[in-house]
Amino acid sequence: MNKIDFIHHQSAHCENGVASNILKFNGIDINEPMLFGIGSGLFYICIPFLKVNQAPAISYRPMPGFIFSRASKRLNIKIKRERFSTIDKSFDALDRNIDQGIATGLQVGVYHLPYFPDEYRFHFNAHNLVVYGKEGNNYLISDPVMETTSVLTREELAKVRFAKGVFAPKGHMYYPVEIPTEIDLPKAIIGGIKKTTSEMLAPVPFVGANGIKFVAKKIPGWAKKVGVKKTNHYLAQIIRMQEEIGTGGGGFRFIYAAFLQQSGELLNKPEFLDFSQQMTVIGDDWRDFALKASRICKHRDNDTNAYENLSEMMLKIAAKEKQFFKDLKKSI
Amino acid sequence: MKKDEIPQDSGRLEEKNMKELCYAVDESGKYATGLSTGWEAKNIALDVTMENLNQQIEEAKQDAIKGIKSPIYYFMLLNRMDLSVLAGYVGKPRWIVKRHFKPKVFKRLKNSTLNKYAEIFEVDVNTIKNFNE
Repeated sequence: MNKIDFIHHQSAHCENGVASNILKFNGIDINEPMLFGIGSGLFYICIPFLKVNQAPAISYRPMPGFIFSRASKRLNIKIKRERFSTIDKSFDALDRNIDQGIATGLQVGVYHLPYFPDEYRFHFNAHNLVVYGKEGNNYLISDPVMETTSVLTREELAKVRFAKGVFAPKGHMYYPVEIPTEIDLPKAIIGGIKKTTSEMLAPVPFVGANGIKFVAKKIPGWAKKVGVKKTNHYLAQIIRMQEEIGTGGGGFRFIYAAFLQQSGELLNKPEFLDFSQQMTVIGDDWRDFALKASRICKHRDNDTNAYENLSEMMLKIAAKEKQFFKDLKKSI
Repeated sequence: MKKDEIPQDSGRLEEKNMKELCYAVDESGKYATGLSTGWEAKNIALDVTMENLNQQIEEAKQDAIKGIKSPIYYFMLLNRMDLSVLAGYVGKPRWIVKRHFKPKVFKRLKNSTLNKYAEIFEVDVNTIKNFNE
């Protein structure tokens, strides 16, 4: 048996969780919201013409891997990333790391994870977990969205490490190799906020606050163009991207509000506490939107007014977020 | 969201006794974490998604029985895959895999190819081969 002394903390989002748990293991005490904020995790994008799960591609966060790589760059932590051509090579490298006592992050596919409920098993390949030991043929797993740690056999782990499709992980593993002795947290926080404000205010029609407006304006048209059934399917996908496990609720807005509150205390900036409260209200607005959208899905009424109302709700959120990030930008 | 408002509806996570972490504000206005068993809005969204998926699977099954499309297409949907995921597992370009959806092409597939599909779909090769019987 080979077990690394690693502490499992549950998190809302897998990438934040793995990153924060690995940094804590390496002596840097950064929790999930702080990592999320420094890594500029808050985002919004609708990629025109691209369909995911037969619905418009909408995301409330940046590309998988971005949060940790941005955060580690701002904290001056060097991360080594490896991908492999064969299963054997990938496990040789993993075993080597375990022998050296390195808690190692892995990118995996969700579909074959045996501890996930069946309805959550989709071919999504950008999930993250930590391997912190080995017992015979079994690997000790810390999956940050789970309350407790798990165990996977080599065969099970091989399946998820070599899942296929979009973002195929190819055995991807990562771990810090250089950790600075001093961390300039205030600088990292401001850097993270700057990036988020510029992305959320990007002068592109389908990114950030503009992106929210873009999608909001499309909703009433969907019912006419693709019919009620498909529109409801689209709405269901929006709700899932926004509220499903990993988002912490409200499309990551609550995690960001927690980050702003923490930063306000740390940097002694009382205005950040005010921003945090505003962001909480925006998160609540998103949840109201999700609840209303889900009720439309359920009742399947083809009342066009329902979609108009929903669109209006989202337009208001877009306007609020635009103002919010303008103010936040001015304050730093 | 206030901490005591974290939804505790009966959800789809219960199957594996899972609870998810949420961020919410406590009585003093400070951010804290809490666990949620599920939320009505998410249950509905997931149900809508599963209903659509099951309907497509059923249609694909009927198409395979009637010989309109090959069983490969049905098994692909049954495993919640799309063309690019399946092509990834087969290790062949998408257009080749797409051709295998045609009953005519499917009938001429080599045993080794069928075995590969059986392995990917985790079924016995005869289940695919003799789907119509």
